[in-house]
Amino acid sequence: MCLGVPARVMSVVGTSATVEVGGARREISVLLLEEVREGDWVILHAGFAISKLSPEEAQRTLQYLREISDAAEIH
Amino acid sequence: MQLKYIDEFRDPGLARRVVDSIRTLWGDRPPMRLMEVCGTHTVSIARGGIRPLLDGAVTMVSGPGCPVCVTPDGYIDAAIGLGKRPGTVIATFGDMLRVPGSFSSLEKERGQGIDVRILYSPLDAVEIAAGSPEKEVVFLGVGFETTAPSIAGAILSATERKMKNFSVLSSVRTIPLAMEVLVSDPEVRIEGFLCPAHVSTIIGSDAYLPLAKKFGVPCVVAGFEPLDILYGIYLLLRQKKRGVAAVENEYSRVATPSGNRKALDIIAKVFRECDIAWRGIGVLPRTGLAIAESYAAFDAQRKFGVEIPFAEEKTACRCGDVLKGKITPRECPLFGKACTPGEPYGPCMVSSEGTCAAYYKYGVQ
Repeated sequence: MCLGVPARVMSVVGTSATVEVGGARREISVLLLEEVREGDWVILHAGFAISKLSPEEAQRTLQYLREISDAAEIH
Repeated sequence: MQLKYIDEFRDPGLARRVVDSIRTLWGDRPPMRLMEVCGTHTVSIARGGIRPLLDGAVTMVSGPGCPVCVTPDGYIDAAIGLGKRPGTVIATFGDMLRVPGSFSSLEKERGQGIDVRILYSPLDAVEIAAGSPEKEVVFLGVGFETTAPSIAGAILSATERKMKNFSVLSSVRTIPLAMEVLVSDPEVRIEGFLCPAHVSTIIGSDAYLPLAKKFGVPCVVAGFEPLDILYGIYLLLRQKKRGVAAVENEYSRVATPSGNRKALDIIAKVFRECDIAWRGIGVLPRTGLAIAESYAAFDAQRKFGVEIPFAEEKTACRCGDVLKGKITPRECPLFGKACTPGEPYGPCMVSSEGTCAAYYKYGVQ
């Protein structure tokens, strides 16, 4: 029930936004976000963007994953 | 189709190497007993076949984080009672449809004439109300902190539009204090928590600091994809190995230490904390969210004078023990026999995110 999917913001008007998720466009509410702009990534849950997604942090986590897996191979 | 920020965290080659790194880190120590609190984690772990990959290093027990599963039968009875009022529409997330009440379910009653509509968003319920002013639309507000602000947002929208025919029957719950109850239970024996992903985007990873500090239990917020879960487990094992109990955040691309301030403010505005009954567990103080006085006009309980009784009959169904992580579904005498996804007996088999349904569907041993 707590599933949420990454969606890309295409446009914002007031507390509504058009997002693209899995190739489809949807109208959602961005009432729960402080500020949101075209091009931002958000997590979509039950018709609302509940959080932003940071592409930099996603890369960092993937980098940590590669580091720990490389370390295992050295042992 | 490529799904950005999902596919990268499902890379099977990298996952295999992370499993190796977990094995290298943990060596031949006795398995660490971890609870995944959230039902979405439960499904992802079962679907990804993660348990057998880490056999011997960790014992994963499932927690109470399936909102549908912990909603008591008295709530379903109350929803059915409301649905029988002439001109009423019951609007709900689909998972609630088959949950058994004490005498029936919404699905069965729908066949008997109750108007039940399945929705994706609480805002859809507001739209139904706007389009049918002659109807009373009651939204079944079930969920955790992830969904609470969306339900609150629908109430705010209805307030703004001065709507008179929309209300919410709230059964919204909060997670951290329920985790404290579980970690204090000697029968559950939790050595670390894999904390929910999207609950944490709202409440922030700092919400688990009391658990780590007061109870000395390592906590890691992790995303729902297989690599997120494996990395979360790696971090929990590393804490245990180092003899520390801290809060770490694997899901930093979405969750922050302080959470979503605006969503928390909206929750605080529309709801007030209350004691609430959890199916199979009992009443847990201060883990519920009731609708605040200033939004009483949208509170179905007050609007229609509805009581939600809590009295559970003792049956052979052991959902309560499954929800607390005391037993695995296979230890329940009904599992796979009198209780299957086709003919569910208990709520953990009804919901797609229920622990029993996940164990059954993916053949988890």
